[in-house]
Amino acid sequence: MSELFVGKSFPRADAEKVTGKAAYINDIKVPRMLYGKILYSTRPHARIKNIDTSAAEKLHGVRAVLTGRNTPNVRVGFLGDQEPLKKDKVRQFRDEVAAVAAIDEDIAEEATSLIKVEYEDLPPVFDPIEAMKDDAPLVHEFDARGKPRRNNILPLPWKLIAGDVNKGREQSAHIVKDTFRTTWVHQVCMGASGCIAQFDVNNNLVFTSVTNVPFGGKDRLDMFLRNIGLKSSTRILTPFVGGSFGSKLDTDIYEFIAVLLAWETKCPVKILFDRHEEFTASPPRQPAIATVEQGCDKDGHLTFRKVDMILDNGAYTSWGATTPSVMSIPVSTLYKVRNIHFEATCVYTNNIYAQAMRGYGNPQATYVVEQSMDQLAEAAGIDPLDFRLINANEPYTESPMRIKITTCPLKECLQEVKTRIDWENKHGKRDGRGVGVASFLHVGGGARVYLSDGQGIIMKVNDEGKLTIITGGTDQGQGSETIIRQMAAEASGLRYEDISIVLGDTEICPWDVGTHASRHLFMVGNAILMCAEKIRAKIRDLGARWMRSIIEADLNKKARRDPDFKAPQIDWSVLENPDNLDVCNGEIFVRDDPENPFLRMKIARVVRKAHLLGTGRGEMVTAEAFYDPPNEMIDREGKGNISCCYTFGTHGVEVEVDKETGQLRILNYVAAHDVGRAINPMLVKGQIYGAAIMGTGYGLTEEMLLNAGRVMNPNLLDYKLLTAKDKVPIDAVIVEPIEPSGPFGAKGIGEPACVPSAPAIANAVYDAIGVRIKELPITPERVLAALKQKEEEGV
Amino acid sequence: MKLTIGFSVNGDSVEVEVLPHWNLLKVLRDVLELTGAKQGCGEGECGACTVLVNGAPVNSCIYPVLEVEGKEVTTIEGLMDKSGRLHPIQQAFLEKAGVQCGFCTPGMIMSAFALLKANPDPTEDEIRHAIAGNMCRCTGYVQIVESVQHAAAVMSGRSQERAGKE
Repeated sequence: MSELFVGKSFPRADAEKVTGKAAYINDIKVPRMLYGKILYSTRPHARIKNIDTSAAEKLHGVRAVLTGRNTPNVRVGFLGDQEPLKKDKVRQFRDEVAAVAAIDEDIAEEATSLIKVEYEDLPPVFDPIEAMKDDAPLVHEFDARGKPRRNNILPLPWKLIAGDVNKGREQSAHIVKDTFRTTWVHQVCMGASGCIAQFDVNNNLVFTSVTNVPFGGKDRLDMFLRNIGLKSSTRILTPFVGGSFGSKLDTDIYEFIAVLLAWETKCPVKILFDRHEEFTASPPRQPAIATVEQGCDKDGHLTFRKVDMILDNGAYTSWGATTPSVMSIPVSTLYKVRNIHFEATCVYTNNIYAQAMRGYGNPQATYVVEQSMDQLAEAAGIDPLDFRLINANEPYTESPMRIKITTCPLKECLQEVKTRIDWENKHGKRDGRGVGVASFLHVGGGARVYLSDGQGIIMKVNDEGKLTIITGGTDQGQGSETIIRQMAAEASGLRYEDISIVLGDTEICPWDVGTHASRHLFMVGNAILMCAEKIRAKIRDLGARWMRSIIEADLNKKARRDPDFKAPQIDWSVLENPDNLDVCNGEIFVRDDPENPFLRMKIARVVRKAHLLGTGRGEMVTAEAFYDPPNEMIDREGKGNISCCYTFGTHGVEVEVDKETGQLRILNYVAAHDVGRAINPMLVKGQIYGAAIMGTGYGLTEEMLLNAGRVMNPNLLDYKLLTAKDKVPIDAVIVEPIEPSGPFGAKGIGEPACVPSAPAIANAVYDAIGVRIKELPITPERVLAALKQKEEEGV
Repeated sequence: MKLTIGFSVNGDSVEVEVLPHWNLLKVLRDVLELTGAKQGCGEGECGACTVLVNGAPVNSCIYPVLEVEGKEVTTIEGLMDKSGRLHPIQQAFLEKAGVQCGFCTPGMIMSAFALLKANPDPTEDEIRHAIAGNMCRCTGYVQIVESVQHAAAVMSGRSQERAGKE
């Protein structure tokens, strides 16, 4: 039977958002709610000598003033390297020194300004390379266990070695080596961070959160409650969320502070960041300094790849420090190369600390690998696009990281770009216009970063024949409400418009790892398939038991009303076997006789019959499923098949560079993406467009300017997001190799399109004017400086 | 000291007590509980707070509330008709996926509404110009532009020619 719902561009189902009715954290108030405000450090590195909160405490309307000195000393974060309120020492400008709860925001703000903190400055270190030196100031004198630290290097030695790089070098006809730098960029969700913490009568924490990892967040808050001496637990509620892009993966420090304030005041406490705070006190994507060396033989086959990364971790550790686990995927597996050496070193500095952002390290890694690919192609005298075709990954192969590639249309994506960007005619002109290309691979079938990569789902059918889906996932805007309905209608046989979705409450929803790693559609889709199968079986079973009596009652009724009515001859035996029945579009019918009007009825009727049997033996139609995919955690060597499948793609960009001003214009942009199967092509394109523009911003305009640890551009005027006026003509091309492990053949597409933009642009700039910009973003200043240097060198 | 000012919101006259330094967004959200318009930056940069004052789009987060005395304010809550049917622009944002996380959407739709009132058949560049002050981090603006084009076509009865399906 052909599909009715999957593969079609259904409109967005979240109509609340266009009416202003959708309630975000900004819009939620609860009775007796106080407003929390945080006082941040004014020094990048200093001892706290004294904190005087007396004036703040006296201010009318203030309900609590907390510091590290009147709260429990509880360590939080992935490496336990900080406390919510800093007691003895600050290590970055965003360090939380004190917090206030007051009856309104203005009073809370005023109270923080009344707190006097005395500091004794310590020598700071802001450059990760400086910070790695033996005599560098120690950002942390002790680790979480109290052991003295000898240097600023994090105890996370990311390393992946496969094959023999030295042997690869010997086999090489051409070798290139270069160093590239990326910079701090921010997720810049339009909805800033915020939460409401409140305790119920049993001292359980009810936490309204913008997290996209409700159950992980619950675990962290439960542990925090235990550590501050409470035996209660957390219920997390997630409202509509104004974007995420990685920023809501970890439980942030302000969230622990809200809990402390709520416990202290016994009132609900809301903390809502303003835009300045969002830029300065929420963790962004870290910069990388990457040295990459690659070789190929005389025919252009890659022989080895060696990448060394130094990552500025900032002062504390969040998920940013784990992004090398994903960087190792493109380093080891983007194109066929057997000999791999990858090392990444995360270094503490007195800068703001880093979190993950869309792509989870992949944008940084692909930026360096794909520029090196261009350099190597040039060294070998091969067209860069052909060079990539020579080395493109093949379906059903295993990479040196033990990644098991399934479907892989990378060559097809490269060809799409080649044709659509008119590569043959446009490449190699050096006339101020140029074309560049970059590819990527990313996890497309989950990512086992925890022991479970699972998602639970519960379905129930009510006696109106409506299906409720209860899931532990979250929606950050990607369109869960729409695609869940499409897949569930397809799989369950209930009507699209009869499906409702419940998510966002850890007390009700079944467990889920989190809506991250481009995994949501893949996981929820597979969970839907498992669960819907059970629902269909139950409905068919009820049909086999009750359809006959319902039909007989109908016929009798008709006969009573119409004396001329002649009941049809019905072979009742066909209804006795559930296998003869089928369910589609809200109706149950005989599979081999679907048009027979007497043997067809709304699902609601059999479910209602089962509920209202009148015998004391009624039944419900509910089912649950837990989909935990067959992927692996990476092992001690950094190897393993972390995802069920991988998504590939290629971006091609045509640019025009003004040599006088350094200004760059994107004339054409082709983004060819393998999505397995597009459940909703319109929403797939929405992910591609949005991510490609984010990636283009990474390439061209976005940069958090840090001066001695301080963010100098913490506002939307000075942090340059692309606007609607920055028109990039994107041609989003969907390539659909049906993925066997994916629901209806689909792979994830949430992150990938932001990955190859920056290197594709950098490669296009090189093609246009013959200079390679090795730092992000590619600003007019950098283009001019590179042109000038080239002129001076007389190249 | 609070002052009393009167203006109209979505066709209803209101009288509210305000402090002179308050902005229009604060009054809409905190006093009148019209939370559709959002504060994304508080500095007039992101456009999430866009509402119409006498038909013209303004950043309500920096619009002094005293200036609104006697004027007509239209917010996203005023776009649906009395029977609760979505305005064609709202419908178009769903049908063409001009909405993702939705935080910028109320402001974006109000800018589009003002544009289409003044210019029922805008070019792509005119649409991009009209929403240049409305930042969006999710969509890359492509499907927002398509949504506005679709709404323009529907509103002027040209829906058939452009409403081609995927």
